[in-house]
Amino acid sequence: MTNRFDTLFARLADEGRPALVTYIMGGDPDYDTSLSIMKALPEAGADIIELGMPFSDPMADGPAIQMAGQRALKGGQTLARTLAMAKAFRKTDTDTPIVLMGYYNPVYIYGVDRFLDDANAAGIDGLIIVDLPPEMDGELCIPALEAGISFIRLATPTTDDKRLPAVLANTSGFVYYVSMTGITGSAIADTGAVGEAVNRIKGHTPLPVCVGFGVKTAEQARLIGRDADGVVVGTAIVQAIVNSLDGDGGSTSDTVAAVTTLVGGLAAGVRAARLEAAE
Amino acid sequence: MNKPPEPNSFRTGPDEQGMFGIFGGRFVAETLMPLILDLQDKWNQAKTDPEFQAELQHLNTHYTGRPSPIYFAERLTEHLGGAKIYFKRDELNHTGSHKINNCLGQILLAKRMGKTRIIAETGAGQHGVASATVAARFGFPCHVYMGATDIDRQAPNVFRMKLLGAEVTPVTAGNGTLKDAMNEALRDWVTNVESTYYIIGTAAGPHPYPEMVREFQSVIGKEAREQLLEIEGRLPDMLVAAVGGGSNAIGLFHPFLDDRNVQMVGVEAGGKGLDTDEHCASLTAGSPGVLHGNRTYLLQDGDGQIEEGHSISAGLDYPGIGPEHSYLKDTGRVDYVPIMDTEALEAFQLLSKIEGIIPALEPSHALAEVIKRAPKMRKDQIIVMNLCGRGDKDVFAVGKRLGFEM
Repeated sequence: MTNRFDTLFARLADEGRPALVTYIMGGDPDYDTSLSIMKALPEAGADIIELGMPFSDPMADGPAIQMAGQRALKGGQTLARTLAMAKAFRKTDTDTPIVLMGYYNPVYIYGVDRFLDDANAAGIDGLIIVDLPPEMDGELCIPALEAGISFIRLATPTTDDKRLPAVLANTSGFVYYVSMTGITGSAIADTGAVGEAVNRIKGHTPLPVCVGFGVKTAEQARLIGRDADGVVVGTAIVQAIVNSLDGDGGSTSDTVAAVTTLVGGLAAGVRAARLEAAE
Repeated sequence: MNKPPEPNSFRTGPDEQGMFGIFGGRFVAETLMPLILDLQDKWNQAKTDPEFQAELQHLNTHYTGRPSPIYFAERLTEHLGGAKIYFKRDELNHTGSHKINNCLGQILLAKRMGKTRIIAETGAGQHGVASATVAARFGFPCHVYMGATDIDRQAPNVFRMKLLGAEVTPVTAGNGTLKDAMNEALRDWVTNVESTYYIIGTAAGPHPYPEMVREFQSVIGKEAREQLLEIEGRLPDMLVAAVGGGSNAIGLFHPFLDDRNVQMVGVEAGGKGLDTDEHCASLTAGSPGVLHGNRTYLLQDGDGQIEEGHSISAGLDYPGIGPEHSYLKDTGRVDYVPIMDTEALEAFQLLSKIEGIIPALEPSHALAEVIKRAPKMRKDQIIVMNLCGRGDKDVFAVGKRLGFEM
């Protein structure tokens, strides 16, 4: 079976640049707009799409992504609709890896087996479930791997060398390094320290290491992209959506363009990352 | 729900993974996992360390005022005309509720772990006050997260926390109640994980919290057992306690769980009725799910989104429940029943008039169940109810509800 992650990272290695990983909340601000944004992302320069599954109690997220989830839920988004969104995207894009990101409870209530079947049918490549550490691998990680879906683990500044092997053990696709101890959308960490951490993780795994939490600008994407195999941007994209909405929180004719403009700039950032590093 | 097999003992949980049957566990972000494992180590050392136990016992005796009395409510018993009713009077503790039992234990652990800052969530404010109290006693800065709705209805406790030197942050997300305060405390914790100890106020959250909080609260049940054996020469027929997150209830129940003749009743907040959206009866009307680090019964919709609870009592206003209660429900060892806001209000007033004790709204729920059950029991039977908090904090809210201008 072709693994979209392997194909992508092999191609990017040839191009000599890191991946741009973009996060959007499924159904924010409404299903149709969210699907239009998703479809526009690859063209704008996104290499991997993280599709957020809204949850009422996102304990690891800052205000921007909390509000995005609230808008999506208010607009009637459910896990079934998020899967439907991915499936609709796959009809026209068979290459861009899709990672579903969220919290365990909606998946648990949907039913793990049914979820994995439907995720496969929708062309999902990977899962990031924030509140499932390796200690809980039996819940979803192992069944997902058996179903052929990658389980992408978060490694954090608190994950020391002793713990890293356990965190990496069942990880596939890529490793997501969280640049700081904190919630999404906080201020950017010291980029030098992030680079060291990325290289430390690379000492333990052949998997690509992508870095997220706190990357907001093209310049930050360029700096992080020197060491990382991918740069994840979430809050800044969600914020661009918010800034384009009308007074009632509805989408406008500017909403999709607001995202593609931002992503275009970020894409230029990651494409410049290794140019300077090579100098 | 599939009923788990009846175990030889109900007192052996949790297992090494922190599970009580299918409930409990460690559903937290990776950032917190190393800390959770460190906490587990320190807790495992502390629980068998005589020095730790001696220090805790000394504080319980001289700071909290333990043992709390067990009190025969003679006039209430006469009024109801059935079983003899005893109150375990944890409302007489320093700070006015059972919450201090847990906070003292946890702050000693925080000290052992070398942490320098305390955070806590609070609903009614009792846990916030108890956390602020122990933080003041041990010289830690303390930050309490409290839902904006709860800040309005529990103003006296907000001022108490500030007097004790704590910073109180209002949480406006969601309905601005306990669940939202807990989310915000978790966000703080994940951000300040190196310096900060999170004192969770109830027997819920990721392992080892449910076990740890239960052990600190079990002093209630251990004392009650000894005290009743001394007075009556036998064990009670029934234990009754209110359950929000369930720490006072598990504290009373746990030492009796293997005394199969002792019946146990946990009383949930039925709010405005289980046929409405406005209640907090997660065990009676919820289903198993994962929230705040553990799998347990939750109020949630078909998509796994957590629903907001409602109760007149801020301390019971939580859509989840400690995982051990979920296990005790499914095994059938404990009965869980709802009590409505109006029933709790009546019980609140009755106890004030008939025994001269103003109870908190939380144990008023337990009392309302006692009022239903005692008359149906024989006069030689005994009920022990956990009177886990005093009502001073509630007089303004109840006064308003009863139309009294203050």
